[in-house]
Amino acid sequence: MTQAFNMADLSTALPEVVLSLVAMVILMLDFIVPKGRRDWLGYLSVLGVLLTLMVLCRQWGATQSAFSGQYLIDPFALFFKILFLASGGLIILMSIGYLRGEGADSGEFYALILFATLGMMLMASAVDLLILYIGLETMSICIYVLAGFLKRERRSNEAALKYLLMGGFSSAIILYGIVMLYGLTGATGLKEIASTLTADTLSNPALILAMVMLAAGFGFKIAAVPFHMYIPDVYEGAPTPITALLAAASEIAGLVILLRVFLVAIPGLQDRWALLFYVLSLLTMTVGNVVAIAQSNIKRMLAYSSIAHIGYLLIGVVAGRELGISATLLYTVVYALMTLGAFAMVILLCVGEVKGERIDDFAGLAQRSPMAAAAMLILLLSLAGVPPTAGFVGKLYLFGAAIERGYILLALIAVVNSAISLFYYMKVAVAMYMRDLPPAGLALSPSRPLRVVLFVTVVGTLAIGIYPGPFLDLAKSSIAGLW
Amino acid sequence: MRGAGCGVRGAMTGTVPLSAYLILSAALFAIGVIGVVIRRNALIIFMAIELMLNAVNLTFVAFSKFLGSMDGQIIVFFVMAVAAAEVALGLAIIIALYRNKESVNVDDINLLKG
Repeated sequence: MTQAFNMADLSTALPEVVLSLVAMVILMLDFIVPKGRRDWLGYLSVLGVLLTLMVLCRQWGATQSAFSGQYLIDPFALFFKILFLASGGLIILMSIGYLRGEGADSGEFYALILFATLGMMLMASAVDLLILYIGLETMSICIYVLAGFLKRERRSNEAALKYLLMGGFSSAIILYGIVMLYGLTGATGLKEIASTLTADTLSNPALILAMVMLAAGFGFKIAAVPFHMYIPDVYEGAPTPITALLAAASEIAGLVILLRVFLVAIPGLQDRWALLFYVLSLLTMTVGNVVAIAQSNIKRMLAYSSIAHIGYLLIGVVAGRELGISATLLYTVVYALMTLGAFAMVILLCVGEVKGERIDDFAGLAQRSPMAAAAMLILLLSLAGVPPTAGFVGKLYLFGAAIERGYILLALIAVVNSAISLFYYMKVAVAMYMRDLPPAGLALSPSRPLRVVLFVTVVGTLAIGIYPGPFLDLAKSSIAGLW
Repeated sequence: MRGAGCGVRGAMTGTVPLSAYLILSAALFAIGVIGVVIRRNALIIFMAIELMLNAVNLTFVAFSKFLGSMDGQIIVFFVMAVAAAEVALGLAIIIALYRNKESVNVDDINLLKG
């Protein structure tokens, strides 16, 4: 019998080990560093993320499984791990100024973000239903705490409770799907499940039930309509950096396990789940975009817009195979960049009593700070999918993949939806450029880390928009050998 | 699924059939789902979610026994640990809310709407 645990396995998971060590060190330093000087724990966390990235990049191009085949290092996992780490680093950078403003600076906050990122990395590498579940819960439990981090603020309490109840509920549904798969096949590894399922068992109603349960549970995690009810409330109530974490990282992590499970474990049912995701994608983008029009709170508007973007991402899953999945991968990067940028702008406007959460708070921004207004305009154009931004390129490949595979109607509806979305994004742009500055407007004083976040996201959005080639090649090479 | 159970049942004469476990756990799971949907007290909703998780645990153990594989029982340990962490956290969040709001009824938790 082979050894259950050895050093080779541990070195395969070295980036995860490094990240968890960094998070624990931050937790301990939290006791030593006096309140008010905990900013530098944030900078230390970012250094830890960079260190993890360096360790991670040594796995470039490698494919290796560890821990009795439960954990897999492959280009697909690496792609998403880099994305999660980068998002985590940017979110920590934008938290530093935010926490100081709220008077809640603490090392726990950074440590929890790091642990949540660790959970996402586990999810990206999981090829076993158990590891997948553990990763999912590691991420979720950290985010429950983070959503309720501002203990004295009732909206934050509410967001945490709602997210906890819906998160627990959806986890239970996912588990029921997992147990069904286990009962049918006697295996928990995704590859083993696929090889055990024969043409005979593929029509088993229990398998269909398992598929529907998993799709519903993942639907909750990625905020697909009709499982989205709690999302706008949670987004509005949670501290803004955590809203960014939820939108840009946690939803993408949900999408990663969705892709893994459906593509690797039950590819035999592709006809059925493609239909399921077709309906989900259609509902998600339409409801997300239509409801977003009526919002006056920018965090709620961005919540609905993120729901709509999940709908676009699902188009790639429906289209499937190299073209669709690589378009989905490319769009996850684009989506993460522009969402992080947009939430960083909300934090930027959070000065004194103004929370920066109403669309009215953006009025006259062009007079207050032309640079900030220009940055926001680029992000909004990218969210709406206008060239030459990344949003346009991402959508072009997604919709192109749908058309190539014969889903003309879906692509058409997606284009109509993009047009609708332009309307409410431009509402913010009009407020920035056409309306006068309210007399009470204070001068903006963005902290240095926040400037870095805005710079990175805006430049990234433009870079992918103007020169998408290398990013598309990376997405394409990342899905090689996935199924 | 029933086929898988029947095949093994012969070897386990005198024991409760797999289908009985599955029906019981499906019923428990359904009760949990109904509890989450219709009850308005955050604590009761929380208990209903625990019921769902335990229904899943029962299914895992039953399958594990009838398939002769240990994986299911191992997973149950992990699910129990995660559920315990979730409960600890959930109660903390409910207490934080109660301090600000003096209520655990989800209908009173209505600051965020849209």
